[in-house]
Amino acid sequence: MSSEITKELLESETSGVLKTELTLGLPGDSLVQKSGIKRGFSDVDLKLANYDQAESQPPPQAQVVGWPPVRSYRKNLIKNCKYVKVGVDGAPYLRKIDLEILSSYQDLLTAMGDMFTCLTICHVLNERKLMDSANGEEYVPTYEDKDGDWMLVGDVPWKMFVESCKRLRLMTSSEAIGLGAAAPSTPSKGSSTSC
Amino acid sequence: MHSFQSMLNYFPEEVLEHVFDFLTSHRDRNAVSLVCKSWYAVERFSREKVFVGNCYAISPERLIARFPRFRSLTLKGKPHFADFNLVPNDWGGYVQPWIESIVRGGVNLEELRLKRMLVSDESLELLATFFPNFKSLVLVSCEGFTTDGLAAIASNCRFLRELDLQENEVEDRRGQWLSCFPDSCTSLVSLNFTCLKGEVNLASLERLVARCRNLRSLRVNNAVPLDALQRILAQAPQLVDLGTGSFVHDPDTESYNKLETSMQKCTSITSLSGFLDVSARCLPAVYPICGQLTSLNLSYAPGIYSDELVKLICYCNRLERLLVLDTIGDKGLGVVASSCKELQELRVFLSDVYGIGNTAVTEEGLVAISAGCPKLNSILYFCQQMTNEALIMVAKNCPNFIRFRLCTLNPTVPDAITMQPLDEGFGAIVKSCKDLKRLSISGLLTDQVFLYIGRYAKQLEMLSIAFAGDSDKGMLCVLNGCKKLKKLEIRDCPFGNVALLADMGKYETMRSLWMSSCEVTFGACKTLARKMPRLNVEIINENDQIEASFDDKQKVEKMYLYRTLVGPRKDAPGFVWTL
Repeated sequence: MSSEITKELLESETSGVLKTELTLGLPGDSLVQKSGIKRGFSDVDLKLANYDQAESQPPPQAQVVGWPPVRSYRKNLIKNCKYVKVGVDGAPYLRKIDLEILSSYQDLLTAMGDMFTCLTICHVLNERKLMDSANGEEYVPTYEDKDGDWMLVGDVPWKMFVESCKRLRLMTSSEAIGLGAAAPSTPSKGSSTSC
Repeated sequence: MHSFQSMLNYFPEEVLEHVFDFLTSHRDRNAVSLVCKSWYAVERFSREKVFVGNCYAISPERLIARFPRFRSLTLKGKPHFADFNLVPNDWGGYVQPWIESIVRGGVNLEELRLKRMLVSDESLELLATFFPNFKSLVLVSCEGFTTDGLAAIASNCRFLRELDLQENEVEDRRGQWLSCFPDSCTSLVSLNFTCLKGEVNLASLERLVARCRNLRSLRVNNAVPLDALQRILAQAPQLVDLGTGSFVHDPDTESYNKLETSMQKCTSITSLSGFLDVSARCLPAVYPICGQLTSLNLSYAPGIYSDELVKLICYCNRLERLLVLDTIGDKGLGVVASSCKELQELRVFLSDVYGIGNTAVTEEGLVAISAGCPKLNSILYFCQQMTNEALIMVAKNCPNFIRFRLCTLNPTVPDAITMQPLDEGFGAIVKSCKDLKRLSISGLLTDQVFLYIGRYAKQLEMLSIAFAGDSDKGMLCVLNGCKKLKKLEIRDCPFGNVALLADMGKYETMRSLWMSSCEVTFGACKTLARKMPRLNVEIINENDQIEASFDDKQKVEKMYLYRTLVGPRKDAPGFVWTL
């Protein structure tokens, strides 16, 4: 089929070389602006440069008004999403969890239990822990907050937690001792770290 | 000729009217009314449904004068690019003057369908008060009203059959609008309030569903929890179209088990949507009805990953329409391709709407779909990258596209393998898909692609272009070649005055033209407006309200022109200037 589509040579000022490569840069960059093209509503200045086939990198993404073309209704729906990474000590990969769809710490524990299916929730006194029934290891949920500190999950009101949580980690009980967790009922394994 | 003419006149008007009754498409009716004067007359008195693609193209008074007996009106307001924040909110598109005129004109309005219009509570109250036979209200992408307006509709429209709210921005007034449906209301066939953010009285909803035995379509909002959904389904096993509310629950509970049972009894459900809040663990409840689904919309559910999506979709063997997020990934699309052989329409939306990261969907997914789903005729596809080779293959596999909309995250990304522009790929699409009516192109594109479009896209009615082309030649190819073009919307392209003014008469054959961040100047727009009195040429300029300061050579930021029979509109705000 492509043989039927004959390429028509267009007269262009720079014959053969594609002269439009739009790169998006932030205002303040020392870019040469093609005369007259001013994107009044976007925060971005466009630069038209000679396109070189050797450059395999596409221009960097930046925020252009109305691009990608997604209806505001959809944007507002997705905005209400807060995905944070969840790791478990000893597991090679991380998962992601959306905090916005959960409404309580109990939900969070349940969701984490779902995600790392070898773990089940166990309640010791008032603590929230997850336990791996295979090896008896206990895990305590901890999180990194906006200031970069590692905190024990459960101290602040839920909404405040959602607001400040950047990532989650299930730490083994022994490692979490320094965070103020009560002494675990099983003997601690390995060395304990204090924060 | 004479005998044919007298043969036409032989049929009494009642017979003609009866024949015309079978014509439901407005295009057919428009054509029929052009045949001769008597057909025009018969047709205009018998037309019940009127479609107005641009609310500023005609006035309500003239509409009522021509079609005095119409009962159903469809109106569209803002230009399409308003969806992407390119048009200020108060640009226009008010329905109020229309409703006031229709009230004054004594029209027996039964059905109103609006898209991208500004609707006030007052408008809704007028509808509810003055049209005793009002049956159907469909609002798509509208705004300006609150739940108080909905309360008026619910309270007063005694024969309401359809209340369908799609993706509107509605202010919640906590007035329990749903409870305003009186006990005597049993006529509802379709109720969709997915886009509402506030709570509804669950008991009222359940009672409403119980007494409306003809209810076929119900789409609830996020505030309706899963256990309430279960009770509703138990009352309405006859549903054909279901939109779930919050689909989050502990699966190890009795109410979840009850939901599974109720769902199984809903053997008529062919369309499923909702899932604004969903936990993957609850999805198995819908497995029993997957085999009967023809339409599935999971595009509001961001927390569901590819493997969970796939578990659901692999049961949906009768699916004709699928809307998903790009979290499905290329692999997931591969499963769609092998499971959904009846697929006609696919939409893959962005989950990362700010375009900052990557999407999991590339040209591979598209090729897989095209290979596996031969009936595919409509696609909207957001993707990370594309190649000419892929598009050429897609064109070969699926020559039946009516709608083809591709959007690359980076608007000027070249072919991912060859680094060439994507001209050849889109060229293949338009050459192969002879019935293509709607096209959106994306990626690195030169004037060449427009040459192909102008030459091959003979049925094209709507074209969306962004960041493409090299010169006026591109736009000229499209204007000259696409004889059926109705809507052309262009942003950030190097098209200027030469293209704009080359064939001014063309715009009277089209509904509208949008050009923003292009090269057209103020002077050219003025020329066009002067020479074509039946076009409104609007300049939208939010930054500069001082009209006098416009220099002819100055580039116009946003121009929207449309054909009209009623001249410049009187409701244009200060920043819109009709030349």
